[in-house]
Amino acid sequence: MTDINTTLPGQERYVAPLEETPLQTVDTVDESAPATSMWSDAWRTLRRNPLFIISAILIVFIIFVALFPGVFTKTDPNYCTLDDSLEPARPGHPFGFDMQGCDVYARVIYGTRTSLSVGILSTLIVVAVGTLIGAIAGFCGGWIDAVLSRIVDIFMAIPMLLGAIVVLQMFRTVTSIWKVVLVLALFGWVSTARIARGAVLSSKNLEFNTASTALGSTPMRNLFRHILPNSLAPIIVIATTSLGSYIVSEATLSFLGIGLPSTTVSWGGDISNAQSILRTDPMVLFYPSVALAVTVLAFIMMGDAVKDALDPKSRTA
Amino acid sequence: MGKYLLRRILQMIPVVLGTTLLVYALVFALPGDPVKAMFGDKPVNESVAAQIRAEYNLDKPFLVQYLLFLKNAFTLDFGNTFSGQPVIDEISRAFPVTIKLALMAFCFEAIFGCVFGVISGLKKGKWYDSVILIVSLLLISVPTFVTGFLGQYFLGVKWSILPVTAGSNPGFFDLLMPAMVLGSVSMAYIIRLARSEVSSNVSLDYVRTARAKGMSNRSVIFRHILRNSMIPVVTYLGQDLGALMGGAMITEQIFNIHGIGFLTYQSILKGEANMVVSVVTLLTLVFVVCNLLVDMLYAALDPRIRYA
Repeated sequence: MTDINTTLPGQERYVAPLEETPLQTVDTVDESAPATSMWSDAWRTLRRNPLFIISAILIVFIIFVALFPGVFTKTDPNYCTLDDSLEPARPGHPFGFDMQGCDVYARVIYGTRTSLSVGILSTLIVVAVGTLIGAIAGFCGGWIDAVLSRIVDIFMAIPMLLGAIVVLQMFRTVTSIWKVVLVLALFGWVSTARIARGAVLSSKNLEFNTASTALGSTPMRNLFRHILPNSLAPIIVIATTSLGSYIVSEATLSFLGIGLPSTTVSWGGDISNAQSILRTDPMVLFYPSVALAVTVLAFIMMGDAVKDALDPKSRTA
Repeated sequence: MGKYLLRRILQMIPVVLGTTLLVYALVFALPGDPVKAMFGDKPVNESVAAQIRAEYNLDKPFLVQYLLFLKNAFTLDFGNTFSGQPVIDEISRAFPVTIKLALMAFCFEAIFGCVFGVISGLKKGKWYDSVILIVSLLLISVPTFVTGFLGQYFLGVKWSILPVTAGSNPGFFDLLMPAMVLGSVSMAYIIRLARSEVSSNVSLDYVRTARAKGMSNRSVIFRHILRNSMIPVVTYLGQDLGALMGGAMITEQIFNIHGIGFLTYQSILKGEANMVVSVVTLLTLVFVVCNLLVDMLYAALDPRIRYA
């Protein structure tokens, strides 16, 4: 039996020096540092994401075009002379002219406002209605939940486009963009409601909620002060992602000739009009399509970035 | 399993009833008098009009109309169109075309979506991963009708590889381009879904264990990673099969395919309530049955899920 403490050659052991930092300093928290919340963490992740930066720049630009189309073109999109029908591009009219002799560039610029307002308004309504109904279903439970969930199932089973066409057919004479907004919201709220219900259900039984009940909060206060703010992240994610899809739906409905009236300048309507001259003048169809695709792309990329920031479990990149 | 199946089928009934009632109510509320429209420019003969109304149950209150429709639908009697054709004939002529189109699109998106998604998920960060990711993002952003026109212009007109339109009795070759267009958006979603699933599974403990046991790379990928990654993909595919039939409307419009979507769109424009409601009923049934099949498939894919 050799003594443990005798070191044989080659057995020299490294002994770490005694801890130089006392435990207390390791454990102290810097009180002066600002508190980090989930939202500030998310914002920090977002700022570093190139996807977010690209899409944010694009979206700011698109919003600027929608607000001030006059900055980009002095041509009236509704001033069309048949003399110019299908004329190629010339100075001042970079994209040429369509069949009616309207300036394609001006129509692309002015179409931005239509697409963007339909997308944003539909999303706002969908988020408000969907969150409210989903939260009520998840929070109340019982028969209220059962009834609301069945209603959601029913709306889910109707293909959105089919339902939208049936409803829009009734309002052919209405020329306001609100009809498209409301129809998209009518068939769009269900997915948000489903997600809101799930989020509320999962945060309903967490400790902070029990604690606040123990402190005497009413159920309503609990719902609005504690449960809803904690359920917001998935709702924001689906709202950003679906904004792009509402823009596509609006264009699709206008393309079918059943969405916005032909007097409204819209990308979908212009694409539909250019359909018949696809074989001879594809460029007339090309420009509004690119504008539409870039806008949708910007919002989808933004949705991806927001999702990565708010839901770290589902990183896409 | 049998009990679960029965409960699920019972749960389907209120959904199907609710959906048909909703659509029936929407269609019923369509403005305009279809009976007057049938007379065209000629003056309306009141007694004939009344007879037609009675024949189509248009004179009865809304709920009675709906219940009569349901009663007849059970015997597959969906009534006649305004031009006198039985609705079921029109549907059975159009349905096979749409089924063919939807199945082709389904195979296209399932095969290419999974293959590209899995490759991209396994080799994250490689240049072809980035290419696949960018292409799928582009496919999602470009609306179906634009993809359709691009396909028509390049594949059809410019390079004349595929036929531009399909016509009334399309074969496999005619439907190839429409099917790719119809499936393209869903394919992009499947690529993204499969990619994120695979890449999150690759680094999990059970994969490391399998590799440590000396399993070949092939078995690790096919028997462990893929089997665990496919559950969300199968869910998406199952729901999409129903959605494809409804979404075929745009594609059928662009490529002039006389399927269900084409028929429905024309019927909505003409105010043919019977036809619209019948088609939507069928589509809802397909959708709900697909969802049920997906839930059944879960048990096969994930042995942890057992239905009592």
